[in-house]
Amino acid sequence: MSDKYDKDNEKDVNTNDKDGVSRRRFIKNTGLVAGGVVGGSLLGGVVTNQWNTTPDKDTQTKGNKTTPELQDARMFFSRKEDFEVLKAATERIFPEDDNGPGAVELGAPYFIDKQLAGQWGSNAKAYMRDPFKQGKQVQDYEHQDRDQDKQGPHSDTQNPTPTPRYQTRLNRGEMFIQGLRKLDKESQDRFKKKFIDAEGDQQDEILEAFEKGEVQMKGVEATTFFNLLLQTTLEGVYADPVYGGNKNMQGWVMKEYPGPRAAYINDIESDDFIKMEPKSLRDYQG
Amino acid sequence: MAKKLDKVDVVVVGSGWSGGIVSAELSKAGYKVVTLERGENRKTADYTGVKDELRYTNRFEMMQNLSHETITSRNEINETALPVRTQGEMMAGTDLGGGGVHWAGASYRFDPYDFEIYSKTVERYGKKKIPEDMTIQDWGITYDELEKYYDKFDKMAGISGEEDPLGPKRSSDYPNPPMKETPNLRLFKDAAKNLGYHPFQIPSGNITENYENPDGQVINQCQYCAFCTQYGCDFGAKADPIVTVIPAAKETGNFELRTQSYVRRVLHDGGKANGVLYVDTVTGQEYEQPADVVVLAAFTFTNNRLLMLSEIGEPYNPKTRKGVIGRNFNGQYNNSHLGARGFFKDKKFNLYMGAGALGATFSDFQADKFDHTDLDFIHGGQIEIRQYGDGAIASNKVPKGTPKWGPEFKENSIFYANRNLNLWYTNAVMSYWHNYLDLDPTYKDDFNDPLIRITNKFTDQDFNISKFGIKKCKEVLKEMGADIIDEDEIPKKFNHVYFGGHYTGGVIMGDNPETSAVNNYLQMWDVDNLFVVGGSAFPQFGGIHPTPTIGALAYRASEGIEKYLKNGGQLATAKDNSSTA
Repeated sequence: MSDKYDKDNEKDVNTNDKDGVSRRRFIKNTGLVAGGVVGGSLLGGVVTNQWNTTPDKDTQTKGNKTTPELQDARMFFSRKEDFEVLKAATERIFPEDDNGPGAVELGAPYFIDKQLAGQWGSNAKAYMRDPFKQGKQVQDYEHQDRDQDKQGPHSDTQNPTPTPRYQTRLNRGEMFIQGLRKLDKESQDRFKKKFIDAEGDQQDEILEAFEKGEVQMKGVEATTFFNLLLQTTLEGVYADPVYGGNKNMQGWVMKEYPGPRAAYINDIESDDFIKMEPKSLRDYQG
Repeated sequence: MAKKLDKVDVVVVGSGWSGGIVSAELSKAGYKVVTLERGENRKTADYTGVKDELRYTNRFEMMQNLSHETITSRNEINETALPVRTQGEMMAGTDLGGGGVHWAGASYRFDPYDFEIYSKTVERYGKKKIPEDMTIQDWGITYDELEKYYDKFDKMAGISGEEDPLGPKRSSDYPNPPMKETPNLRLFKDAAKNLGYHPFQIPSGNITENYENPDGQVINQCQYCAFCTQYGCDFGAKADPIVTVIPAAKETGNFELRTQSYVRRVLHDGGKANGVLYVDTVTGQEYEQPADVVVLAAFTFTNNRLLMLSEIGEPYNPKTRKGVIGRNFNGQYNNSHLGARGFFKDKKFNLYMGAGALGATFSDFQADKFDHTDLDFIHGGQIEIRQYGDGAIASNKVPKGTPKWGPEFKENSIFYANRNLNLWYTNAVMSYWHNYLDLDPTYKDDFNDPLIRITNKFTDQDFNISKFGIKKCKEVLKEMGADIIDEDEIPKKFNHVYFGGHYTGGVIMGDNPETSAVNNYLQMWDVDNLFVVGGSAFPQFGGIHPTPTIGALAYRASEGIEKYLKNGGQLATAKDNSSTA
């Protein structure tokens, strides 16, 4: 066990860092980022496709910065316009900055698309039997805080006593489609433009309105949708790349997170912080 | 139409720690044992190479699939309970080994005070110390009587630890040395010592040396790989039923395991259990498995529900406060494990490394080790620091005032990913007449049987004990030199999130059939050949993680089952008068 571990440690420094920096510089210099958000579909597509490398060491494409990733295509969202809203929203939640890439470059929107296409998106392991009691309950279910009382106003649906949170017949995929369309409609209503064309602070204003539950959705609280969006964006940034996000493990690079490893038994008593080149499940499973 | 199978000596429902221990002990003693597990078959190979935070921590790979069956929940007796629909809100183990496979490994014993809490509280502080609505009671067994079973569990599981300087008497040392001390644990211990407390390394079910247990089963050395709580162990290095008691049972040749077998009823007549009715969930075929002894050894919810569905024992009625099945449901919800989080600007820890039970603690504010005369609560808990090994999705802790998303969130969440330490108080939770289990009138499972319904709310005791613990955590973090200390907020209400698996009671043990369902061998008072084993026997929840206590009770029950198989009859004598007020 320790042999394998030592070998892991011998690998030299991560080359992805350099790529990340040059990409960020490129984006800034070319003005592709409007208000911090990757804009129209064409340019968004360019950004997400052109410079991603594959972390798969066994393929012949290593180092070829222009090979698009074949798995970066929509399998859940049929309408491209819904997906564009998703991209813009996730980038506001987790923007590109000096630490490294944002949600779009990390592939979080494709991660979300894939998650919603699978059993989680259709609530396969959730109890989805009638009756669904609507109207009084707190539906802020994805929020991980212990205290539901602190989870923002729920206007007329606020129940003074918390209840089990998820009480809607919508599954997660359905919530997303409705929520993304509602984000766009809210932008049209407030600013007379599409969500993806709104300024960054306008997009933030809309997202905050959802977060606070100030927007009316059907069958679900806007807060619930927002928390789902927030949770899945962070998952898309930090989950193993096998799920389509965390491209090139750049999410992990920012956090100095090493990915799955066999053992830390020889290092865990160290007084110093140990920075390791990240490894993915692909590496770990061999 | 159910197919009737040949009779066996013992049929066991559930294959977690309780069912696994009973299966191993009885099959070792030469009895024919059939164990029924609702989930799938599992072995270490299922958990090798799958260190995947999203799959296990965020998508609850090892938890009960709620589409078939869940629980319903409410705060007050007059409310309509609603189903707990998602795995994020309700995590109970399933598959071979149950919750014993994905547990963290913290391996404490309950304090002697726990087992005689009613008597000892009255003795020291008088009857007035116990509020009218609190229904705590003695367990019908003392720590000293249970010690040999704790010892058996520790040796079977290879628990790795060092003695708590303030802990109860042990008949032997831990079988393995404590886990490694990391810089953050050292910082905690130094601070605790400076404040006059008595810190020690948390006793662990993550095993520190390759270990062969008395059954001849081998547990490997923990590698501190960080994928532990909510995961099965990659290396067979965590004490769990699939590397200990299940193989021990298999080796006897007397044990048959049937997975994907969902038990629906205990069959009984004339005060005697005849066997169980179960469904093979692969084929849909119903079977009747007759047995001389029936052992319910599933999770608290299932043990209670099967008794209620089978109409065994008198169901608890909160209005009359009579009846026993479902009484004194208890556990640690969002009113326990509260504390404070410290953020360090200039210190960086290797927080991505760790193990489920890697941590340090002190018990100065546990049980009744400190004077409660002027305090507005009883009992206590451990102050703990843990180093689980943070995943990248989980490690998004930011100081209060940081927005939940956007540039400032990103900046702070990255900066503090390896610069924050959390302390918590694992405080005990008492039982009350208004917290109980019964069958839900509306919601059903796949077989159209009613779900179990939980009625549970918090009290002043819960609020006051949390407040005390948070203050102590803050004090220690300050001594540790944290730059920012954020206190947890104390919830006013139960949030219906069943997260940690610490849910117990409902089929509680005691010495009086009026107030307990099982005797101190976990044998039903009403049905001599039915034993109900597991956390369901806890009359209230102690101030610490429950697993070794569940293990010890399972060894105790195994001894009782053997006695019953040899001699028959009721193994305990009921006391005439109640031990409660």
